[in-house]
Amino acid sequence: MNQLGFPILSLVLWLPALGALALIAIPRMGDATSRRVALACAMLTFLVSLVLPFNFESAPAQIMMVGAPPVMQFTESLPWLPTFGISYSLGLDGVSLWLVMLATFLGPIVVLSTWDSVHKQPRMFLALLLLLQTAMTGVFLAQDLLLFYIFWEFTLIPMTFLIGIWGGANRVYAARKFFLYTFAGSVLMLLAIIGMYVIHRGQIAQVDPSFRGTLDFGRIVSDLRQGNLQLSTTAERLLFGAFFLAFAVKVPLWPFHTWLPDAHVEAPTAGSVILAGVLLKLGSYGMIRFNLTLFPEASRWAAPAIGVLAVIGIIYGAAVAFAQTDMKKLVAYSSVSHMGFIVLGIFALNAEGVSGAILQSINHGLSTGALFLVVGVLYERRHTRELSAYGGIWKVMPVYAGLTLLIVLSSAGLPGLNGFIGEFTIMQGAFRSDYLGWIFVAFAVVGVVLAAAYLFKFYRAVFMGEVNEPANANLPDLSRRELATLVILAVPIVAIGLFPGILFGGMQHSVADVINGLTAVVAGR
Amino acid sequence: MEQIIIPPIDFRLLAPLLVVVSWATVLLLVDVFAVPEGRKKITGYLAIGGFVVAALTALPLWNVGGRTFSDMLVLDNYALTLTWIFLLIGGLSVIMALDYLPRQGIEQGEFYPLIMFAVAGMILMAQGTDLIVLFMGLETLSITLYILTGFAYPRLTSEEAAMKYLVLGAFAAGFFVYGIALIYGAIGTVNLNAMAEYLARQTLVGEDQTLLLIGAGLVLIAFAFKVALVPFHMWTPDVYEGSPTPVAAFMSVGTKGAALAALLRILAAMPELEPYWLPVLSGLAAATMIVGNLGALAQTNVKRMLAYSSVGHAGYILLGVIVANAFAAQAFLFYLLAYTLTNLGAFAVVIALEQRGELAWSLDDFSGLFQRRPMLAVAMATFMFSLAGVPPTAGFMAKFYVFTAAWEGGLGWLALVGVVSSAVAAFFYLRVVVRMFMQEPMRDVELSLNRGLTFNIGLAAISTLLIGLIPTPVIFLIERSLVAVGN
Repeated sequence: MNQLGFPILSLVLWLPALGALALIAIPRMGDATSRRVALACAMLTFLVSLVLPFNFESAPAQIMMVGAPPVMQFTESLPWLPTFGISYSLGLDGVSLWLVMLATFLGPIVVLSTWDSVHKQPRMFLALLLLLQTAMTGVFLAQDLLLFYIFWEFTLIPMTFLIGIWGGANRVYAARKFFLYTFAGSVLMLLAIIGMYVIHRGQIAQVDPSFRGTLDFGRIVSDLRQGNLQLSTTAERLLFGAFFLAFAVKVPLWPFHTWLPDAHVEAPTAGSVILAGVLLKLGSYGMIRFNLTLFPEASRWAAPAIGVLAVIGIIYGAAVAFAQTDMKKLVAYSSVSHMGFIVLGIFALNAEGVSGAILQSINHGLSTGALFLVVGVLYERRHTRELSAYGGIWKVMPVYAGLTLLIVLSSAGLPGLNGFIGEFTIMQGAFRSDYLGWIFVAFAVVGVVLAAAYLFKFYRAVFMGEVNEPANANLPDLSRRELATLVILAVPIVAIGLFPGILFGGMQHSVADVINGLTAVVAGR
Repeated sequence: MEQIIIPPIDFRLLAPLLVVVSWATVLLLVDVFAVPEGRKKITGYLAIGGFVVAALTALPLWNVGGRTFSDMLVLDNYALTLTWIFLLIGGLSVIMALDYLPRQGIEQGEFYPLIMFAVAGMILMAQGTDLIVLFMGLETLSITLYILTGFAYPRLTSEEAAMKYLVLGAFAAGFFVYGIALIYGAIGTVNLNAMAEYLARQTLVGEDQTLLLIGAGLVLIAFAFKVALVPFHMWTPDVYEGSPTPVAAFMSVGTKGAALAALLRILAAMPELEPYWLPVLSGLAAATMIVGNLGALAQTNVKRMLAYSSVGHAGYILLGVIVANAFAAQAFLFYLLAYTLTNLGAFAVVIALEQRGELAWSLDDFSGLFQRRPMLAVAMATFMFSLAGVPPTAGFMAKFYVFTAAWEGGLGWLALVGVVSSAVAAFFYLRVVVRMFMQEPMRDVELSLNRGLTFNIGLAAISTLLIGLIPTPVIFLIERSLVAVGN
């Protein structure tokens, strides 16, 4: 068992699903009641998950042995498919800790945001939202490759329905594209998981004939690091590619990004927030957890090429975002750009880059999630997202404009707010990386400049100037609920900017483990 | 003159088969003399009773095992597990038909005994260890199916389907018999065990095996036709579309399952010939997965789509069969069970939406189903996701199982073809889901959702999900069922 002697991770994982079941199972629950049930469930999950950072040991007592797998905390394990050596095993380390917290933190906010925006069958909507939260948390927690894959794939189903049923005019197209893109990207990962299983079983069985195979992540990693499991260079690169493709589609890395703008534009606000906030992070998490840890040599081999794709994504996303007149599209393309930064940080393959990438994952989840909420607020009032339909909103909705300014600055990377810390660390990592270098940073800086350009263009067009449209003259300022969601989001945006050490401290040990794993094997070859 | 010795026969080993056959025979008479016209459902209920009794008869035979009829029939846990699956297929198909037949105005009492005879043929194929017995089983199954496909007389498409199936099936039967004859000519026996012994003794040197190889090839063609492997699949969409929907459902899982089960026994009996059959069957499997799924892409008729999808799935199941080791055989059984439940469920939904006297089965009728019948739509979505192989459904576990077996058996490239083709397949399964949940109803569709169908759909959906979430009990059963087979 774990340090708490209590399956805390299972609780965090399944609480939302239980809420979803309650929503589905109890017939004739009124809309208002179901909203309250969902909110209570999401809040409860968040409160329970608060146990995690407070009990998390940022420097675990276990001695780091050479060849040991990453140290997981709060672990629990039950045999699930003993024939295959597959178990229901969960664990948490510094890489996943803050991502899980991000998911549980955004949960209640997203539920709150549906009050004003979802009027068609809110019960089903909320049930799907909670199911999605369980699936995403499961991806971060699973310590068994098949369990991971199941949660990974299952995220598709609720998200597809959220886009396809409650989305905008072109929702069916967007939902279908989302599902097919990500599904096609993932099937090769299934094959790679099977491949790992078969190769691992074959090699270990030569030494230990009674071995029946396993997909336990820790076991596979320790066998890899101790040299019990050796992959040929070709096999390692192919497996790396299969995993990477799945994650690159999810992140999305240029040129696999085309599903994202469609999905974001058509998705309802809550769907966009959860999509940008957490779902994209599944990809960057997967890269750190699986690509870097399982395939160090291939990571090193592929790093420069992936760095190029990431930089193209940064600049391309920013440039396209600048050209948008639709607010949601603008934010969607800014996601492509920001996620490029995260991938760049990961494939710097050093501690600065990877910790910056994790931190930026959190930051992007907060500030882009908040931006989608901001867009949603206006959309609920005017039912248009065209920049030209607005102007001078500052005068009509001052509180709203002030909060938006904070979020925009955070997204643009203003020092003192969270975005700056993440981008700075990533660029530092890329600069000092053995596989990337200053040239990557030079292009990334262009991305930062462009980010400021498109974000201020957005802010200027919507909030500054005179109120030109009569329809905008009497818009009500934020309701209490809207205010609450945005303020709650603003708190960590400022807090991380001022005290990034809290987050960095938690992840340091695990990031060091990933990096040591990379270099140890590199030295061994 | 030599005295004719009748070998001892252990009828106990055939108990489930005997129950089904005798029950069906008596039921034919009961139907004619005792069941009044217009209340033929009673015959259906009696047939279900027969399946249940047969399934119960099989229970004490677990772990009994044995051979009888001069080694022509075997009872082992493999055959027993298959028997249960086949009885389940029979039972669910009958339940689907109970209201379908009167609704379509084609209610005839003989339908139910015929299904029972077909199931008897399938059980015979699961138990046969002699090519002649397998042939008998296959023909019992096929001949009843020729009648059943044409059961919607006088609907033209049904007649056409029956005719097509009959003519092509007769050819396949001819190939089978001719193949058996050549094999007998080559090695002097058609008993699988004797064949295995012979092959193990011989060191295979090319030239004197031509006859055996041609014979085996012809047998293979017959099986490929029954399973609808590409390029022997051309009949499938037309026959499925034309035949009454419960019959199509029955064929899509029953015929394939029985033929593949027998094929597995045949292949396991001749591992020495693997260098010859493995490349051929691998090619067929790859072509089947690709063509089946590509074919389904273009369909707007749900029944035809399911027909093509069943072709594709035969390819996946074949992966488990051709690796022909114990692990792959488990994968085969698991896939068969998962696919059976899922596909019968999907067909049951098609039946619920089938309009009287219409031959459309258009995707349009699925539009907006979620708004009218949420639970039905959710069930159908479960089936579609399971067929596409999305977790947490039985279909995903089944795919994981067969792909693992294929990779371990050295057929990694086939597993690659498998995952890529299932990514293609996701496209058309998703289309059904999109119609049901994300579009408005196109027209008024009168649903015929009675108790039987509801039971069918509910059972299938719940077990599809349960097997996906907690596959261990099923895997446990399947592992036990392969202990004694020896292949």
